[in-house]
Amino acid sequence: MGVDINLMVGGEAGQGVQSAGFIIAKALARCGLSVFADQDYESRVRGGHNFFRIRASDREVSAISETLDILVALDRLSIDLHQKEVPGDGAIIFDADKVKDVGSSGNLLGMPLERMAVEATGNKQAANVVALGAAMALIGYDAVAMNSVVLDYFGSGETGKANAAAAGRGHEYAKANVKADSQRRVSPLGGQKRMLLNGNEAVALGALAAGCKFVSAYPMTPSTTIMEYMAGKADELGIVVVQPEDEISAINMIVGAAYAGVRAMTATSGGGFCLMVEGLGLAGMTETPIVVVDGQRAGPAIGLPTRTEQGDLQFALNASHGDFPRAVLAPASVEDAFWLTVKAFNLAEEYQLPVIILTDQYLASSYATAERFNLAKVQIRRGQLLSETDPAKLERYKRYEITASGVSPRAFPLQSTALVVADSDEHNMEGHLIEDAETRTAMMLKRQSKLEGLKKEISGPRTYGPAQAQITLIGWGSTLGALRETVDAAAQDGLSVNLVHFSEIWPFPDEAATMALRGAKRTFAVENNATAQFARLLRAETGHQVSGSILKFDGRPFTPAHILGQLRKEVA
Amino acid sequence: MVTMTDYAGSQPAWCPGCGNFGILNALKKALVELGLEPHKVLMVSGIGQAGKLPHYTRANVLNVLHGRALPAAAGAKIANPELSVIAVGGDGDGYGEGGNHFLHSVRRNHNITYLVHDNQVYALTKGQASPTSDRGFVTKTTPHGAPAPLNSLAVAIAAGGTFVARGFSGDVEHLAGLIKSGIQHRGFALIDILQPCVSFNHQNTYAWYKERVYKLEEASYKPGDRSAAMEKALEWGERIPIGVIYRQERPAFEDEITVLTKGPLVRQATDPMQVGSLFDEFV
Repeated sequence: MGVDINLMVGGEAGQGVQSAGFIIAKALARCGLSVFADQDYESRVRGGHNFFRIRASDREVSAISETLDILVALDRLSIDLHQKEVPGDGAIIFDADKVKDVGSSGNLLGMPLERMAVEATGNKQAANVVALGAAMALIGYDAVAMNSVVLDYFGSGETGKANAAAAGRGHEYAKANVKADSQRRVSPLGGQKRMLLNGNEAVALGALAAGCKFVSAYPMTPSTTIMEYMAGKADELGIVVVQPEDEISAINMIVGAAYAGVRAMTATSGGGFCLMVEGLGLAGMTETPIVVVDGQRAGPAIGLPTRTEQGDLQFALNASHGDFPRAVLAPASVEDAFWLTVKAFNLAEEYQLPVIILTDQYLASSYATAERFNLAKVQIRRGQLLSETDPAKLERYKRYEITASGVSPRAFPLQSTALVVADSDEHNMEGHLIEDAETRTAMMLKRQSKLEGLKKEISGPRTYGPAQAQITLIGWGSTLGALRETVDAAAQDGLSVNLVHFSEIWPFPDEAATMALRGAKRTFAVENNATAQFARLLRAETGHQVSGSILKFDGRPFTPAHILGQLRKEVA
Repeated sequence: MVTMTDYAGSQPAWCPGCGNFGILNALKKALVELGLEPHKVLMVSGIGQAGKLPHYTRANVLNVLHGRALPAAAGAKIANPELSVIAVGGDGDGYGEGGNHFLHSVRRNHNITYLVHDNQVYALTKGQASPTSDRGFVTKTTPHGAPAPLNSLAVAIAAGGTFVARGFSGDVEHLAGLIKSGIQHRGFALIDILQPCVSFNHQNTYAWYKERVYKLEEASYKPGDRSAAMEKALEWGERIPIGVIYRQERPAFEDEITVLTKGPLVRQATDPMQVGSLFDEFV
């Protein structure tokens, strides 16, 4: 029997749920386990109920579980809400001084968390760290190894030492007070240590590796940490991050920067993307390469600000008036988020158009273990640039020269004496505004013709499970992990299920989709939205009508157990 | 040697007698006098009659959306601070649709020059009230008269402006001098330009302005005092001041970006491998 640990830290905002959860996740990743962790938080700074849920295994894991081995409850509400997820042999760690009426079943580990925190650090705030120490003891995690993770998190100064002491006390207490048979042992597996990072960090690293030089973004959950991370690395890596007055400014700034010659990006959520829509069209019309990250959250309007949804797909595909080519990519995992961000910058520059990266709150804030990304494989393809050594050509430079591919070689201002004229009005090849029908038609056809080359760059869907199955699940974006585990769980349950999953959405890979779905018997679209937006796209582009759909739009991510349960109802 | 011929563009599609011609001439004159070659200049414009100006001369041009010239201009300036960036738009474009960008561009003090063709009316859409229309100005959309106007110069001073000036398109020589000073100013230079609209504003005409405008430099006015400048900015009616109303030295936004001390972003190399050092933090 391998290792499979499911652990949750729950509590109010401000109690350090995220810190404790993150430290535990990192500690587990350091012993070579595959770790997946997601975060559930309310749109508030103090109070309410938040949790950080971790799964660690010696097999690859990429989804959360609905049962818990250990619940670290920093408040009473966490016990009330999650006790049912903890089976008989699981453990609940809580502050026995504060919570006295939870009964006395064998799996309750009440300990004076705040008192111990005060003893160790002089501050009851460190109760979360005491509790994480206890949790680490319950899984047999070595105290010395834990100590180094805590110090890495808090730093080796006074704060770090105090917190390490708090964690150490929690560890000792649990070790002395819990029967050995309830312990789940974790031991170092050795081998190369893997990274533990979330979707936003992966997007940010992808952008940095791709040579993004300019970011202008307005803070909005769940995408804010992309700009925060990049701003923190700006001086080191030679990039500029600006926080402008609004999202309208953000997208127009990156259009200006990209026109001037640098790779530029913005990151927002659906509401901010709404404000960017006109600017997206500007990038389309002026053929300016930009990358826009839409970390989707439950909408419309303010919706559920801190919760997940895949509700912006049709919006991203259609945002802005008029026709213009664009690409839409929807990373399926942390690793995908890195590589598709790299790809987004290449597509944007090679085809001179806006590329939208659709993530969501679930992917953005979920942590997963990943091998260090192989940077030798990162290619930077800036597309056709006018040679700086051909001055004769530069004198006659036409920014929107009509070419067979639809792609006109770019030049940048001050790169030479050539003048670069770009216009949001319909324009001629020189970039000056026109109104005649003939030029308009030629320019529209030129822009649209870029789709032909672009489409060849788009990868088809991933498939998973048996080649032939009674049921085929269809998904896109961040649901890949949960869907893969659903396929595995279904097989154990005697259900014949496979999966077709898309992370490169537009231009739609219609031929590959048709191939992948050839021979599928019953198909179910599984989507985190209310109207099966991807299923509509699939039907529009391939004619394939799904047999049914499993939809979730409560702001919470899918779990394999939930999908399987719904599937059973559908096929019953 | 840069001459007016270098800046000769296509035939403007403005009405005969339009105040925009004076602004175009003054701009060309300023650029020639500064010896700036067209390829070193980037004109970013919004939408409206003013937004067409860059097409009628020669330079690098980015003609963007209504109200959005300033953020696009700022993005380009940050990417390549060696470009002389001039943003151009009208009163509706800059103070209405782009009002928030105006406030914050002034505040951040981007090193760009902003020419606002202020004709106190929407001309491209044929004569509706604008944010600077005089109170009571009657148009098809304001049959009972326009509400009180926005005083953009006072707003700019309040928002932390470092170069706040007003010109008059009927005095090309004077306006060209202002534009030169604006381009030379290190920081955000606002030049609000009184510009008669011969088709849709029969109230604020050439004659109306000529009777009222007076040059601050001839009135022994010194633009360094913020309170005095605020008072001067509010002067409107019988007498209308033109010239530099307020000026102060404050580092431009781009001057305070550490990364730009190593040269323009466009010329800074990219190496994916340097990201590798960040991976350790995630282990």
